[in-house]
Amino acid sequence: MPATARGSAPVHLDAASGVPLSPAARAALEASLDDGWADPARLSAAGRRARLLLDGAREAVADVLGCRPPEVSFAPSGTVAAHLGVLGLAGGRRRAGRHVVHAAVEHSAVLHAVERLVEEGGSATSVVCDRLGRTDGDAFAAALRDDTALACLLASSHEVGTLQPVEEVAAACRAAGVPLLVDACQDVGRRPVPGGWSALVASARKWGGPTGVGVLAVRTGVRWRSPLPDDEREGGRVPGQPALPLVVAAAVGLQAAAAAASDEDRRLRPLVDRVRARVAATVPDVEVVGDPVDRLPHLVTFSCLYVDGEALLVELERRGFTVSSGSSCTASTLEPSHVLAAMGVLTHGNVRVSLSAATTEDDVERFLAVLPEVVADLRRAAGVEGL
Amino acid sequence: MTPDARPDVTVDCTGRPCPVPVIELARAVAAAEPGTVVEVVSDDPAARHDVPAWARMRGKEYLGEVPAGGATAYRVRA
Repeated sequence: MPATARGSAPVHLDAASGVPLSPAARAALEASLDDGWADPARLSAAGRRARLLLDGAREAVADVLGCRPPEVSFAPSGTVAAHLGVLGLAGGRRRAGRHVVHAAVEHSAVLHAVERLVEEGGSATSVVCDRLGRTDGDAFAAALRDDTALACLLASSHEVGTLQPVEEVAAACRAAGVPLLVDACQDVGRRPVPGGWSALVASARKWGGPTGVGVLAVRTGVRWRSPLPDDEREGGRVPGQPALPLVVAAAVGLQAAAAAASDEDRRLRPLVDRVRARVAATVPDVEVVGDPVDRLPHLVTFSCLYVDGEALLVELERRGFTVSSGSSCTASTLEPSHVLAAMGVLTHGNVRVSLSAATTEDDVERFLAVLPEVVADLRRAAGVEGL
Repeated sequence: MTPDARPDVTVDCTGRPCPVPVIELARAVAAAEPGTVVEVVSDDPAARHDVPAWARMRGKEYLGEVPAGGATAYRVRA
């Protein structure tokens, strides 16, 4: 581990990728390990205890999502939930057609599942967004066709925080008889989930639950055909026994996050406002992107002209702060962030700062104090000052 | 796309990653006569998005892209 300003672990300002297990989730995990081994389908005493735990977790999650417990399935991750969500809705609508409408700024998990449908003979329409990263609701509605099998719209952008027009698009989808999949991974546990979805995807590690639990909710009456071999568990939507202790921890963590969400929103929203204003004022040639108001409470993204995104991440980590970046030099591919590209903003020198329950005002102040110097040093080293 | 806007200056950044193409373009534009056409040749996928974004931030006119061998030339007016 490199030395940091604190001489300890860096301050985690990458909550959008995942946050540490919350105390409530940890306690639930430990408490459920003893009973979580048994098969909830068995009538033995141990099986019945496991069944009670699983039913309780499902009810808790359904309560937060505003749906019925049988509509909730637990998956091994948000990514698997997204893949199954897209492929399962498409499978249920094969007679209608094989066309998919999705936002250009969708998470790659949804896009990869759509790509699979296209490879297998389907087609897709990607709906543009504006400079703030908001998907065009009218264009989305206009893209729905008679042969559209499903539509996908994320609830908010995981990269820039801009809220998406879910209710408007849901109304258009309902009128067209097209099921709508909503990726709410950044939203569940942070703000009320917009209504009108046919299927919804969430991920426990975003709200302080354990890694290894995703949620796929599918409304009663929505046609569904599993892309995987039949299995009766989890409503027939996710095969295999869910990791019960993890699922219980995820559900308890979600209850705690949802209960604290409005207080956290009030605490984090002004901190993000502060980052937006201070970065724009103290770092020359920077673009703070995403909607400044109609946005997630905890996330802000900006791009620094002429700066290498990877160098910026490494230097900030060295100075004690972990952030993430949509710049191509920091990705596993050579492609820059498709979200920043769709918005028409700079893709290099990009930093995403996302705050969690553990983030303090002092953390944010220290980050804001260090950032201008880090950017200036990198620009000096690259010889780009005054360009 | 303005294919008839012939470049006065060409900067070749083939094989060089972001943000080098944008930096070299900015240097060439700073040195060029105002109104002349400057192009940067790049095979980095980020250049397609970053050159127009740079032009917008700097108040320069982005003239579009044309194929240049295995790469792409992105043109702006200095």
